[in-house]
Amino acid sequence: MPTSPSEAHDSSAFDLAVVGAGPAGLAAAVTAADLGLRCVLLDGGPSTGGQYYRHPAPGLGAARPDRLHHHWSAYTGLAERLAAHEGAGRAAFRGGHQVWALERTGDGFAVHVTRGPESTDRATVRARSVLLATGAYERQLPFPGWTLPGVVTAGGAQAMLKAGLVLPGRRIVVAGSGPLLLAAASSLVTAGAEVPAVVEATAYLGYARRPGVLASVPGKLVEGAGHGGALLRHGVRLRPRSAVVEAHGTDRVTGVTVARLDADWRPVPGTERRIDCDALAVGHGLLPQIDLATELGARTRTGPDGAVALEVDARLRTSVPGLWSAGETNGVGGADLALAEGELAAHAVAGALPTAPLLRRRARLRAFAELMAAAHRPGPGWTGWLRPDTDVCRCEEVPVSAVREAVDELGAGDPRTVKLLTRAGMGWCQGRMCGPAVACLAGSVVASGPDRRPLGCPVPLSQLAAGPSAEFDDRP
Amino acid sequence: MLKTERPPLDLVVVGAGVVGAACAYYAARAGLAVAVVDRGPVAGGTTGAGEGNLLVSDKEPGPELDLALLSTRLWRELAEDLGGDLGAAVEYEPKGGVVVASTAAGQEALRAFAAGQRAVGVVAEEVPGERLRELEPHLAPGLAGGFHYPQDAQVQPALAAAHLLRAARRMGAELITGETVTAVDRGPDGAVRGVRTDRRRLAAPAVVNAAGTWGGELAALAGVHLPVMPRRGFVLVTEPLPRVVRHKVYAADYVANVASGSAGLETSAVIEGTPGGPVLIGASRERVGFDRTLSQEVLRRLAVQAAELFPVLAEVAVMRVYRGFRPYLPDHLPAIGADPRVAGLYHACGHEGAGIGLAPATGLLISEQLTGKQPEQDLTPFRADRFPAG
Repeated sequence: MPTSPSEAHDSSAFDLAVVGAGPAGLAAAVTAADLGLRCVLLDGGPSTGGQYYRHPAPGLGAARPDRLHHHWSAYTGLAERLAAHEGAGRAAFRGGHQVWALERTGDGFAVHVTRGPESTDRATVRARSVLLATGAYERQLPFPGWTLPGVVTAGGAQAMLKAGLVLPGRRIVVAGSGPLLLAAASSLVTAGAEVPAVVEATAYLGYARRPGVLASVPGKLVEGAGHGGALLRHGVRLRPRSAVVEAHGTDRVTGVTVARLDADWRPVPGTERRIDCDALAVGHGLLPQIDLATELGARTRTGPDGAVALEVDARLRTSVPGLWSAGETNGVGGADLALAEGELAAHAVAGALPTAPLLRRRARLRAFAELMAAAHRPGPGWTGWLRPDTDVCRCEEVPVSAVREAVDELGAGDPRTVKLLTRAGMGWCQGRMCGPAVACLAGSVVASGPDRRPLGCPVPLSQLAAGPSAEFDDRP
Repeated sequence: MLKTERPPLDLVVVGAGVVGAACAYYAARAGLAVAVVDRGPVAGGTTGAGEGNLLVSDKEPGPELDLALLSTRLWRELAEDLGGDLGAAVEYEPKGGVVVASTAAGQEALRAFAAGQRAVGVVAEEVPGERLRELEPHLAPGLAGGFHYPQDAQVQPALAAAHLLRAARRMGAELITGETVTAVDRGPDGAVRGVRTDRRRLAAPAVVNAAGTWGGELAALAGVHLPVMPRRGFVLVTEPLPRVVRHKVYAADYVANVASGSAGLETSAVIEGTPGGPVLIGASRERVGFDRTLSQEVLRRLAVQAAELFPVLAEVAVMRVYRGFRPYLPDHLPAIGADPRVAGLYHACGHEGAGIGLAPATGLLISEQLTGKQPEQDLTPFRADRFPAG
């Protein structure tokens, strides 16, 4: 009887555990099973699809989820193939499995999972390789009023729509930066909302610098044109080089102030105008969700959008032996890229040669992603719309003034020290929401590297106490 | 280009953790011109990973307990004196500690331990098992008894370091972060002349080594042997809770582990609430070098012990885990004071898990040495040359 996981030479482990069942993970799991690997696909949600292919909640009787989705058929195709593999015992999907840590063992990984609140809801999935497809979360930049009810994230607005078929309001301003804004606005107007303005901080001109890349991705143009067409038909006003610098209201948002921005995203005085609305959907792009890998010491890179992503080689290997990464975790680039990378990574794990068209498609989409990232990188001037009493960290209610005091008076030179001195980032979201803003305000005396979070999500103490014993092992 | 700093410094403190901050504070208060230099930010090393224990309860009579008793008094004075609001700013809580025993034999051992402590000025009140829950309503039933130590207290370590440094800066001290000390300069007579960083030269006739777990490396730059080594620890942090834990509460075997020379994993949960709401569950100890790998076995043991003491904690979520490396010396005593081998070199490191608590006494005693006074505690047991050269 082995006394620790590292001593177990484990022939009954899965060949591959895929963490995250969005486009990248789903494509990876299906491809890996195609190639003969025994594969388990893990996701915190109840079904496959992730944030992108989000399902309407059962019971809503949604007849046509495809109307809210692009490429719904790509999803159903993958889901059917996965079902076939599951039926044949080649793959397994485990929904409601939230991974909180990866542990390297003698010949692979122990994937530590929580499935609910009870001590028996612990699970440990044993696998020889792990593919990280944990996607991304929204970058939030605070502004006065951003914590008012009625202010939601752009992705949150889409999620509400896709999962609950509900709108966050009737008259919704969409603001921030990035391609998600157009997609969100398009979904909202299609579902019947009024969108008085889409407020984009950049000039959209970033793409123009590399027209060759854009032209090589016709699908992206079609998709962009699709959004544009819907917006045009509904009379949505696009306001480039502008930002919502304040949300107004007491119990709920009743309007926003929009101002022009200079090239550094600094609000231009005198350009403010008020727009009435009962909801605001705001987002500043996405940030790779890479905690599970950085905790193992995986090397990272800072992308053109300023976001920290995993560093991978041409076969999508991370610097941690046996750990692979596909999709947004390698730098945000959308569902098509995630599908391509999932397929590519599965080939690499299986030791199979990918086809040349797949390699070319992935390279093209990745180049496009880098271009998008560069175009929507937040300018340093955004802090100009903050006020001393604006909360930076909404979980712990830490205002801008406290962060500035920590930096100017108390010697905090990096985000971690600001956190220790102000509690910014210590609340439920563990700094996922305020992290980018705190980093901007802190500046950086020292290169602090990516945040390391030993726990990928909160874990009931009773499950930690139960330990990784064999009774929780999940093997094929 | 190396440049020499204006005006002349009396002292360079290497390390902006809580010990370096206390050294700078007391030196500046004594009228010395001080610069503090750290390769990272304030509280970026072990300080930022500590629980903030100001404990007398876990120490047997001897030089470390004397230091802790002096520090206990100094922390109280600091909290009261420094502008009045410092106590709140650093979350100083003189909450007291409760050490519990699960068996009659354990209680008997605590009784003997407390008797020795009382003889040197520690306040320790025996609490019979049936009255433990008056002090801690959520403690598990059936414990044999315990001892209440009203002198035990708590601060938030990073805030403590930052506010001590702020106070020092208001008295003229200079803080330099993000610069690594690359050399300790010594004159033809061997005496310290200052330090060089990757960006400048800081000339001063005295250098304090407050580099914590990295104190051995700084000592080596000055040409002396000081075997400071890391002892890894993990702390679990729960979701914010109402006040379920009122004191610092730990089981009797914590004392044995603190004093232990074992390299293996030792855990004995020290549990405490914080003003922010989260409960901290601390104190694993193992010697594994600077390995940062999360240990499932450490998590398991800390969680088991926490739930044994406070069953209600089994129901809560652990939000995060942090880890750090305590700086320890082979005899588990810090190195404090002038190094007899190098004129102008002072040490203030190797406090292991007690650095937050022992910082003020360390800073005060060194400032007394620096200004030619007789330190109010004998520093002989803390001499840095007590270890044979490796």
